Amino acid sequence: MVGRVLAAAAVAGSLLALIPASASAGEGVASITGTLENIEGAVRTPVPGVMITVSLDGEPIGSAVSDEGGEWEVEVPGPGTYAVELDVSTLPEGVALTNPNRSVLPAVDVSEGQRKVVRFNLGPGTGSTVGTWARVWGLFMIGLKLGAIIALSSIGLSLIYGVTGLVNFAHGDLVTLGAMLAFLFSASPVGPEWHVLLATAPALIIAGGLGGLQEVALWRPLRQRRSGMISLIVISIGLSFVIRYLILVVFAGLPRPYRDYAVQAPIDFLGAPIVPKSLVVIVIAAAVLIAVGLFLMRTQMGTAMRAVSDNSDLAESSGIDVNRVILVTWIVGATLAALGGILLGVTEQVQWDMGAKLLLLIFSAVILGGLGTAFGAMIGGFVIGVTVEMSTLIVPIEFKTAIALGVLVVMLLVRPQGLLGVRERVG
Amino acid sequence: MDWSGILVESTRSAIGVPAAAYAISAVGLNLQFGYTGLLNFGHVGFMLVGAYGMAITVDLGGSMWLGLMVGMLLAVLLGLLIGIPTLRLRADYLAIVTIAVGEILRLVVRSRFAAPLTKGIFGIQRFAGEFFDLNPLPEGRYGIGNLRFDQRTMWVVIVGWVVAVGTTLLVRRLIRSPWGRVVRAIREDEDAARSLGKNVFAYKMQSLMLGGAIGALAGAYLAIDQQNVGPDTYIPLLTFYAFTVVIIGGPGTIWGPVVGSIVFWFLFEFLDELMTEALVAGWFGDVLGSTDVGPIRFALFGIGLMWLMAYRPAGLFGSREELLIDER
Repeated sequence: MVGRVLAAAAVAGSLLALIPASASAGEGVASITGTLENIEGAVRTPVPGVMITVSLDGEPIGSAVSDEGGEWEVEVPGPGTYAVELDVSTLPEGVALTNPNRSVLPAVDVSEGQRKVVRFNLGPGTGSTVGTWARVWGLFMIGLKLGAIIALSSIGLSLIYGVTGLVNFAHGDLVTLGAMLAFLFSASPVGPEWHVLLATAPALIIAGGLGGLQEVALWRPLRQRRSGMISLIVISIGLSFVIRYLILVVFAGLPRPYRDYAVQAPIDFLGAPIVPKSLVVIVIAAAVLIAVGLFLMRTQMGTAMRAVSDNSDLAESSGIDVNRVILVTWIVGATLAALGGILLGVTEQVQWDMGAKLLLLIFSAVILGGLGTAFGAMIGGFVIGVTVEMSTLIVPIEFKTAIALGVLVVMLLVRPQGLLGVRERVG
Repeated sequence: MDWSGILVESTRSAIGVPAAAYAISAVGLNLQFGYTGLLNFGHVGFMLVGAYGMAITVDLGGSMWLGLMVGMLLAVLLGLLIGIPTLRLRADYLAIVTIAVGEILRLVVRSRFAAPLTKGIFGIQRFAGEFFDLNPLPEGRYGIGNLRFDQRTMWVVIVGWVVAVGTTLLVRRLIRSPWGRVVRAIREDEDAARSLGKNVFAYKMQSLMLGGAIGALAGAYLAIDQQNVGPDTYIPLLTFYAFTVVIIGGPGTIWGPVVGSIVFWFLFEFLDELMTEALVAGWFGDVLGSTDVGPIRFALFGIGLMWLMAYRPAGLFGSREELLIDER
């Protein structure tokens, strides 16, 4: 009973991380384990926080993050030959594989009930010594990439807030939804297994459609019933749980990569090692952001959106079909969030709570730029992305998200309406 | 289908430790959300601070009761820190900042940086010996039929409900005082309260801090029962358990949190038992596995929260006309 209470009061997240474990619970469970140590001469220091993923036939079946002692363990369902990959991007600054080509151990044999120990040799540096300039510049580029993804994901939240006054706590899960739909069409064995670029098209269409459906089936009726802001916020929280946990049921808890572009060798970009896909993500995002900007400034619908956002009643009385504008806003916002999710999935991995984790960064970006302003969300996204990544130069990597909160709080104290916001918006 | 088993387990949950813990937690949240209109989405952060404050104090050699005080004081401090940047702003800003603070507290206690105090992901265990030493109950199993608690759990349950009723009475006393009339006035119309010369910011701050301290008490209580604190217990979901409890019972009602918690944990456990039994009975065929029960329950929980907020925002037993929060 105590166990059951524990399970009830606790944690879906950590429970689900244990799925492979519970599937093979009992004595004699086979596992792959190891200790990560940074060896500098005679000094051995444990390396925590590094992600290790174990796959079978190209399908990841479990992952673990090394603890304070540098130890990690992934339980495996039974005997077999597994691939073990160390996620190089999670290595702390100044620590690298002694042999950069050994980030994947392609064939680790595990026998029945064995606790197989594997070893990754770590040492100082990053193969070739990376200078301060390269580190700063490299983190700046990674920050730009993250910022681009945040910016794409934030616009919808900000625009929807602008036209309806709803702060949508389920927006992060729209990001996940996009990534998962693309996964379904590309990497999933039940899907058509298209190339991820091709899979993006149906994923975006479906995600946009679901955004519109959400507006028509849920938010519009609630507006007509004149539900207050607080009710709507709580309902969006409820919706976020529905989307998130249904995704978990369908896609299970393991992080999985797309098949395309999953592993890339870094290239030298103006002195810093960058994986090419990060650069492509920045370019794609920049192009889409410019297109969104032109759409808002140059088209009739974009102008109408800004008008409704400014003053809904005035817009309606000047002949704008407000409900139609809101519907289009939802479709555009959900599509952009889905695109953000797919790009995030390409550069990292696809996981059921990836969007929920991103939500805090999205909120920080939106408030920094000014709730309700699309251009503010874009600027805020880049500022947050770069700040968060570059902060790892100074603070431990675990506090990345806390930095975003710090920016958010400082902004609320100094200029609560945000960079581009209007004073009267804030209560 | 073992219906009596399902009902026994659901009732056990509804009168047992989880219901008592969330009744206490919801009393605090009700003060903030139900009476003052503060959208505190980081209640789990207050629970975390209460539990960790106590566990760390014991770990450093202090008494558990001192630890309890430390935890509650830390919660008051946390309320102050959250309140300063947000309480002058609209409710949605408070919601965003509190949900963020809750999550970041979890990351902080989890981090290597804080590990000397918090023991990182391993957490701290066995700090509540003093509580169980006070247990006057002789060994045995207490209850009726299949619904029995051993003396240890029974002791936790009794203390839990005493604390739940005690905090409820405290809040009732407060709400019926001039202070309570002001916070309710703030909930109804902040500008009106301000125009009467009330320092709205100060009242909101007091409500946030006091509700947070009660939340910390609930967190410490849960930790005592489990003799364990670990960072991954304190996920945002816990905040919304408390929210659901408050809404079921009716926000801004005296006994709402207590009633809501009993109803919520009965339904929540019932759903879990029902799905588990149905799975064993093969109702779902191969479509769902045993690991899907948890997520599906959380998805249904989300639907329940949406439904409640849309159709029964004044509580499962309240009417829309009595709706107190949120008509602005």
